[in-house]
Amino acid sequence: MENAGNGNKKLRSWDDLKKLRAGEMAKNGEKRTVLLVGMATCGVAAGARDVSEALAAEIKKQGLKNIDITATGCYGFCYAEPMVEVRVPGKNAVRYGHVDKDLAGEIVRRHLMRGEVLDKYVLTQEVTRP
Amino acid sequence: MSDNYGQVRIALRNCGVIDPEKIGDYIAQGGYDALAKAIFEMTPAEIIDTVKKSGLRGRGGAGFPTGLKWELSGKSEGDEKYVMCNADEGDPGAFMDRSILEGDPHSVLEAMVICGRAIGARQGIIYIRAEYPLAVKRLQKAIGEAEELGLLGDDILGSGFDFGIRLYLGAGAFVCGEETSLMNSVQGGRGEPRIKPPFPAQAGLWKKPTNINNVETYANVCRIILNGWEWFRQFGTEKSPGTKVFALAGKVNNVGLVEVPMGMPLRHIIEVIGGGIQNGRKLKAVQTGGPSGGCIPEEHMDTPVDYESLVALGSIMGSGGMIVLDEDDCMVNIAQFYLKFTAEESCGKCTPCRIGNRRLLEILEKITTGGGAEKDMIDLDELGNIVRDCSLCGLGQSSPNPVLSTLKYFRDEYLVHVNDKRCPSKRCTALLRYFIMPEKCIGCTVCARNCPVSCISGERKKTHVIDQARCIKCNTCYEKCPVNAITKE
Amino acid sequence: MPQQAAEAAASFPEIDAYIDGLPDINGALIPVLHRAQEEYGYLSREVQLHIARRLQIPASKVFGVATFYSLFTLEKKGKFRINVCLGTACFVRGSEAILRQFETDLGIKARETTEDFLFPLDSIRCVGACGLAPVVMVNDRVYGRVKPEDVKGIVEEHLKRGGE
Repeated sequence: MENAGNGNKKLRSWDDLKKLRAGEMAKNGEKRTVLLVGMATCGVAAGARDVSEALAAEIKKQGLKNIDITATGCYGFCYAEPMVEVRVPGKNAVRYGHVDKDLAGEIVRRHLMRGEVLDKYVLTQEVTRP
Repeated sequence: MSDNYGQVRIALRNCGVIDPEKIGDYIAQGGYDALAKAIFEMTPAEIIDTVKKSGLRGRGGAGFPTGLKWELSGKSEGDEKYVMCNADEGDPGAFMDRSILEGDPHSVLEAMVICGRAIGARQGIIYIRAEYPLAVKRLQKAIGEAEELGLLGDDILGSGFDFGIRLYLGAGAFVCGEETSLMNSVQGGRGEPRIKPPFPAQAGLWKKPTNINNVETYANVCRIILNGWEWFRQFGTEKSPGTKVFALAGKVNNVGLVEVPMGMPLRHIIEVIGGGIQNGRKLKAVQTGGPSGGCIPEEHMDTPVDYESLVALGSIMGSGGMIVLDEDDCMVNIAQFYLKFTAEESCGKCTPCRIGNRRLLEILEKITTGGGAEKDMIDLDELGNIVRDCSLCGLGQSSPNPVLSTLKYFRDEYLVHVNDKRCPSKRCTALLRYFIMPEKCIGCTVCARNCPVSCISGERKKTHVIDQARCIKCNTCYEKCPVNAITKE
Repeated sequence: MPQQAAEAAASFPEIDAYIDGLPDINGALIPVLHRAQEEYGYLSREVQLHIARRLQIPASKVFGVATFYSLFTLEKKGKFRINVCLGTACFVRGSEAILRQFETDLGIKARETTEDFLFPLDSIRCVGACGLAPVVMVNDRVYGRVKPEDVKGIVEEHLKRGGE
């Protein structure tokens, strides 16, 4: 289990909590690209696991580094599951809907590798949090 | 926090944003700071006061002021008290709580600890449906992670305050969403309601003072503690501050979860956020509150969504199910659907609910199968009011709402069913009649060969005829006809 | 009295171990029933009596609780539990027609099981995947946006695995 920054240590004060948070935020601030896959019941039933695997396979095939694939909950767009949000540092976060294995491959090859947003499949775009 | 089309995400703030299985993600978003603030900077009275002033009301349906509930259980004397979370989301077509628990479990845990600190309890119990295995798994993991970091368990954050949370799995009974039934279920019994008073705040689980709130209610608490009650009150209306999460489903284009400030008109939710009705059909009604709610017709779509306005229309806010119906939906059929549900889910303890709902259902079945008369509508109204007024718990008191509201707003539709024995929306199968249009029939015999009761006759290359007396309305001929020569009315 | 003798002789070590591990048997009935059903697939008369003895409560209470909750079953269930969602969202999107199609294809009615014990057919109330309505669940797997013509394929997919 990947645990919070300072491992299995119990927090003994509010300061401990603040330190842990600072560590977590620093981690998030690293220059890493994150792919968020919606893995709530709707997403999983619509095939999010396959999508997640397809993303991982394509990333490996293309030899890309510093990319995390993370599971997340339901964003509320149940009609568009499975969903993948692409967060590239310094760029808008782009959320794709109705993703299947083929589209997963395209997201890796075109969006991640060439910086091309696949407009046809975009649900939302928003400014990435600092 | 503002989102597209006027949505505001408070309860859903982290859903779809963080990894729910990593406590670090939650902490990075400011998680557990509200708890630290509540422990180190606020007295229990101040916590309760903040929640009271925020005007937060129960998101499970009835809209009871949360702060008042906390105050009552805080004032009750007792060596042991409990903090409970009602996650028995049984309303068919609603999945707000599931999404919160699957997407942001820590927000509920943190709020329960804050509540424990406020009312002087050290034990929390989450009663969750066994039908939500993923939510159960994520909650278990969240509890484990919080315990490891000392955010749950003994001596939280070194403050000397102890609070533990455990899960309790339901076993498939809608009535357990009623708080006293839920407590009986946790005590290992049948989920039958108790007579109130005493209220759970006085004598709840194991007869100890108990505070029980719904998942979404708790999901609002941490933000109120962190940002203050004034911040919360900037959203929503005077009497219903804050936001409400709705599970938008049915005939709407964008099925999903939405969180909107209270007071937003229904029409905005359906047409702007929901993207309108599927396949260009026309909106007919919206059903809110599930089996306990009612159907709101199109002409009232500009009603602002808040507790009082929905009740005034004969529906309720409920837990947040919002089912959109279009012109293809038959309102009598919908009323029957809900009644069937409540009749099956009635626990049987009190007579009005056990027998009254059964009789209501029988009358509706008579109407939808062509045996109805106008008198049946009077009976429905009278009996519905009796069940509403005399039942023991919320289930029975609200179960006639779907019938009473459709009777009120869609009287004409009932009249067509009872007088003409017709279903204008063609949903009540027993009232349908199938015909073959002579001008279209090519005499291919496909319908006759596929008819399971052989009630279609006709020679090859000549027009076929359906024997109405023997037709079982199975729809086979309608589906099989290659030239669409079959019509139903 | 052979039946009583058999009941007394029946042993349920898994349940005993579970109950022994509980901090308190007060109010433990429902978790114990969950555990028993998970272990044996259903709650037989024998296991209900055993649980009553171990938790020191009347057998009538165990039976009362086991029959109150819809997730508990007193009869052996088949291998692939087909549940068609009849929650509101699925209902208005035509799940009744799906259920009827299963009834036709399997030749049984809802709440019945096929003769080979492979397919118990039933309905369920909302699995919370309303975005995918209408929904069918087979054991823990969720099928979304099901059309009547998909029913045959779902049955065949499991028939292939039936012999395993």
